[in-house]
Amino acid sequence: MEHFDVIVIGLGPAGLAACKVLAEKKISVLGLDRKQEIGPPKRCAEGLGIAWFRRLKIKPNPEFAVHKIYGAVLFSPNGKSVTLKSKKLQGYILERKIFEKHLAISAAAKGAKITAKTDVLEAKRENGKILLTANQGGETKHFSCSLVIAADGIDSMIARELGLNTSNKLVDVDSGYQYEMTNIEGYDEKLLNLYFGTDVAPRGYLWVFPKRKNTANVGIGIGGTQKETAKFYLDKFIASKPGLAKGSIIEVNAGVIPVGGFLENMTKDNLIAAGDAAHHVDPVHGGGIGIAMEAGMIAAQVASEAVKKKDFSEKFLSKYNKMWYEKRGNELKKKVRIRHLLENLSNEDFDYLAESLSIDDVLKIASADLDKKARLAILGKKMLQRPGLAKIMLKYI
Amino acid sequence: MGVRNNWKKCAYCGGCVGVCPVQALRLNETRLFVDNAKCINCNACVLICPVGANELAPDLKE
Repeated sequence: MEHFDVIVIGLGPAGLAACKVLAEKKISVLGLDRKQEIGPPKRCAEGLGIAWFRRLKIKPNPEFAVHKIYGAVLFSPNGKSVTLKSKKLQGYILERKIFEKHLAISAAAKGAKITAKTDVLEAKRENGKILLTANQGGETKHFSCSLVIAADGIDSMIARELGLNTSNKLVDVDSGYQYEMTNIEGYDEKLLNLYFGTDVAPRGYLWVFPKRKNTANVGIGIGGTQKETAKFYLDKFIASKPGLAKGSIIEVNAGVIPVGGFLENMTKDNLIAAGDAAHHVDPVHGGGIGIAMEAGMIAAQVASEAVKKKDFSEKFLSKYNKMWYEKRGNELKKKVRIRHLLENLSNEDFDYLAESLSIDDVLKIASADLDKKARLAILGKKMLQRPGLAKIMLKYI
Repeated sequence: MGVRNNWKKCAYCGGCVGVCPVQALRLNETRLFVDNAKCINCNACVLICPVGANELAPDLKE
């Protein structure tokens, strides 16, 4: 049976970032993914802000950073819009299947062993190690390791098998559906186009993320307890927009997004969870590529210290919780309240805000940097004219 | 108790697995497995599915 210091299960952004850092630190690491190909199918709208490229030291290689984005335009239900546009580059739309291939290749180049089409079926602890049984293209394989990094997505089974409950509550997830469409028009190609309203996307939003000329990810995320499916709302919206309805569908994507229920503890003996498996997603916009990669890197940092100290106890590994919350988690937790606020706005509230708020106001409120008093000061005058809205604002801001 | 998954509709996104409170669901690359012995008919996997591929099937045997 092959033994590795660390086995990373699930090779999305979190898992691949962990593999690379571990390999750089000369830790023996095996990365396993159940899919036939690292990357697809994406469960993602592929947007990544420019700040993440800096933080994660990723060069925006045009092979995977395929489209430049300069801001966003937000549409309220009655068609009014607020445009947040900058002259400076704000981010890129990625081609995830190429992005992940690049991450895998660079992790392998540093010395990580990467293996696709290997579905881990069972994980158990034995004498301070983890024994894994996997199906590798029809063959049963066994591996052992001192530490597992579970980066196997929202449907993570490995963490749960090793005693960490990563299940999501329905109220803490969004149901997502998306088409990559081509030969479409009627949206701003330099901006993220976001559509709000209880008829368009109940307790969520609908997006058109331009990816190439006349080509975009057209998708939706809605609260997890709606009467109709995400697909129903997306199809309805597309049918109502001639510029989209005439288009062709070149990819179908689905996914469930953990947008709220952060885990206080993301470790057990011999186990660290990262990425969607650990609910590492921004609660307001539902994005998680950068957050997942950062968490994977922190997991790898703690894992390498554990290997050096030969201590794989939950007690030692729990420093990962502290490090992640200090670096990112505390900031994201604050944003959960903003998500609850957005979820509780009516169509009329959205229309009113779109008509009365300035760009600066929106940016300040959305930044999560302001305290309650400062937020209320911005909204104060406007709220006086809509008492219902004032009540919701007071509750969540 | 149990859940019936319509594999023709299913997008294999694993969302239902992520909200199942009793680990009755498991996904591999091409199939969703349902362990009806564990299912408690809570409806979470039905509500969350982006494409409506799951339905409760109380008539299913373990």
